[in-house]
Amino acid sequence: MRKVMTGNQAVAYGAMLAGVEVVAAYPITPQTTIIETLADMQAEGLGNFDYIRVESEHSAMAACIGASMGGVRTFTATCGQGLFLMHEMLHYAAGARTPVVLANVNRAPAAPWNIWSDQTDSLSQRETGWIQLYCEGNQEVLDTTIMAFKIAEKLKLPAMVVLDAFFLSHTSEPIEIPDKEAVKDFLPTYDPKDIWLDPDNPHTFGAIAMSEPYMELRWQIQRDMERAKSVIAEVHEDFAHQFGRMYHQVEGYLAEDAEVLVVCTGTAASTARVAVEALRAEGERAGLVKIKTFRPFPGEEIMGALKGKKKVAVIDRNFSPGAQGIWAQEIRSVLCELSDRERPMVYGYIAGIGGCDISVKIIKEIYYKTLESHRPDDIDMWVGVKYV
Amino acid sequence: MYSLNQRFDNMEIPEDEYMTAGHVACAGCGASLSMRLALKGLGKPTALVVPACCWGIIPGAWPQTAMEVPFFNTAFMTTGAVISGLKAAYRRRGMEDVCVVGWAGDGGTYDIGIQALSGAAERNEDVIYVCYDNEAYMNTGVQRSGGTPLGAWTSTTPVKAPKSESKKDMDEIMIAHRIPYLATATAAYPHDLIAKFKKARSMKGMRYIHILSVCPPGWKTPENMSIEIMRLAVLSNIFPLYEVENSEIFRQTVIPDEVEPVNNYLRSQGRFKHLTQEDIQVYQREVTTRFERLKERFDRIAA
Repeated sequence: MRKVMTGNQAVAYGAMLAGVEVVAAYPITPQTTIIETLADMQAEGLGNFDYIRVESEHSAMAACIGASMGGVRTFTATCGQGLFLMHEMLHYAAGARTPVVLANVNRAPAAPWNIWSDQTDSLSQRETGWIQLYCEGNQEVLDTTIMAFKIAEKLKLPAMVVLDAFFLSHTSEPIEIPDKEAVKDFLPTYDPKDIWLDPDNPHTFGAIAMSEPYMELRWQIQRDMERAKSVIAEVHEDFAHQFGRMYHQVEGYLAEDAEVLVVCTGTAASTARVAVEALRAEGERAGLVKIKTFRPFPGEEIMGALKGKKKVAVIDRNFSPGAQGIWAQEIRSVLCELSDRERPMVYGYIAGIGGCDISVKIIKEIYYKTLESHRPDDIDMWVGVKYV
Repeated sequence: MYSLNQRFDNMEIPEDEYMTAGHVACAGCGASLSMRLALKGLGKPTALVVPACCWGIIPGAWPQTAMEVPFFNTAFMTTGAVISGLKAAYRRRGMEDVCVVGWAGDGGTYDIGIQALSGAAERNEDVIYVCYDNEAYMNTGVQRSGGTPLGAWTSTTPVKAPKSESKKDMDEIMIAHRIPYLATATAAYPHDLIAKFKKARSMKGMRYIHILSVCPPGWKTPENMSIEIMRLAVLSNIFPLYEVENSEIFRQTVIPDEVEPVNNYLRSQGRFKHLTQEDIQVYQREVTTRFERLKERFDRIAA
């Protein structure tokens, strides 16, 4: 079935089709229409799940953890301040090995208030032990939401589906809605195996672990995050096999023969496709690399895609004060493993902060600035700032 | 000494144990005894959710546990939310009969956990929430909480500046949520405590049980006096034992024949050692006033 829907509706459809059993949620702009859509779905019998209308995002995540410990598939959605409030419980969900799925609509952090797109909220949850999957369009949002459950449950690690505020959350696109039975085939009912509060087989979970067992348990999270790279690849393939749409953790577009690559995530990647095509029409050897997963970080694929290029322009709609763009930092840390001959120069641009547009024009400007510059230090990395 | 204002369906304390020996509570701990008795009243199937508090430690360190019911340790402020989610999951699995119990200290109830608890109460979640109240942050070394009584020493309200505010009236806050059942209990009256847990288990919706729980190191009391001190709290109306249904029907379940002056209770504990006679008079007035207000509601129902 094809339907025109917003990114937020696509998230709700994804969760519903995935057969979520417990939803716990709290409203926050621009996420709210996800949980409103789910409320309608439940009321109209389209989705059969329990819906806990909690009193905060902290409680939303806590209730999801409780439900997941009860052995059922759980979902919540939030953004910006809500994700920050959840932070404690994001760590808890990963530590407790509860495969909760969360949709985060990227929203800029306050103060001052800003409800528009900015990835700083999700990227600053880097160390929480969550798988993070970024989306470029609404079809990808729906598909990723379904896949996120499968990935999370295989690994017993929570997963975050990330989409840009307004550019996706409130923008409508025609998308293909998978058949519910086919989704069930792809994603059978959740089996918590031995990690749940089974009254017939009582166990204590989360008790104090002394230093040595604690370190073992933390290592297991790292081990499974490493394993996640192959699990995500397998789930992408399974999904493609079932539904005919293939996703990649790292995807090149006109990248093979490119001299200068633009690296983008989220909706900026979508705009960059158009920009790169325009640059090609102008005779430039421009290319795009889109990164979908932030955690686990797909270092090898990124190395493979960027190796041997002269220059790479990373566009970050986020930044870490005192250290600049977060994707650029991660990419630099991966590329340092390449030899000097193979390693491209990384230009880290900050653009689109607080919902500023990253237009085709801006991406082309970034490309030409990178092409003409000798060294990254020479140029201004903040795109569009007037320094008033 | 006192009379029991209720009939117990079984005066025998059940012999079933859901807690094994070998837990790590302090000698004379009111919290460990309260849990033991509460589980006797609840029986199986029951699942426990416990935030940061002494009870996070009492079952023992991983991989050992003294618990024979499923037990989930959660973050400090989340008990009300986690039990809501867990109950929903059991409902989804067709395991409606599992009694989901949140078990939090006074810090996790009066202070950091009040929001999640209030949310769960407002939604009338089908769970039991227990506050075992030892009147300070005992697990971190006796710091003041909203449940600490007036005049008490704690490590953050030293003798030269003891707590200048009264104990927060958490029971009234919960009554204002109009929940199906609320009760106070203490291990000094085990039949009363067990009967209340049995009754709570037989009901639906949010049930809140407030247990006064002596802490010998925190209250500075001898370990062998725990039961007597908790009994004195009841007999002096500092901690009246009662139950409330739907915020309407109030019943005192243990009625002292003769009310003891608060002096005996306060003088039994090192944490109140610095109080002057004048301080004790102030304390007495506060206890009497609070009880009178409660008594009006007991009487209204009796009449």
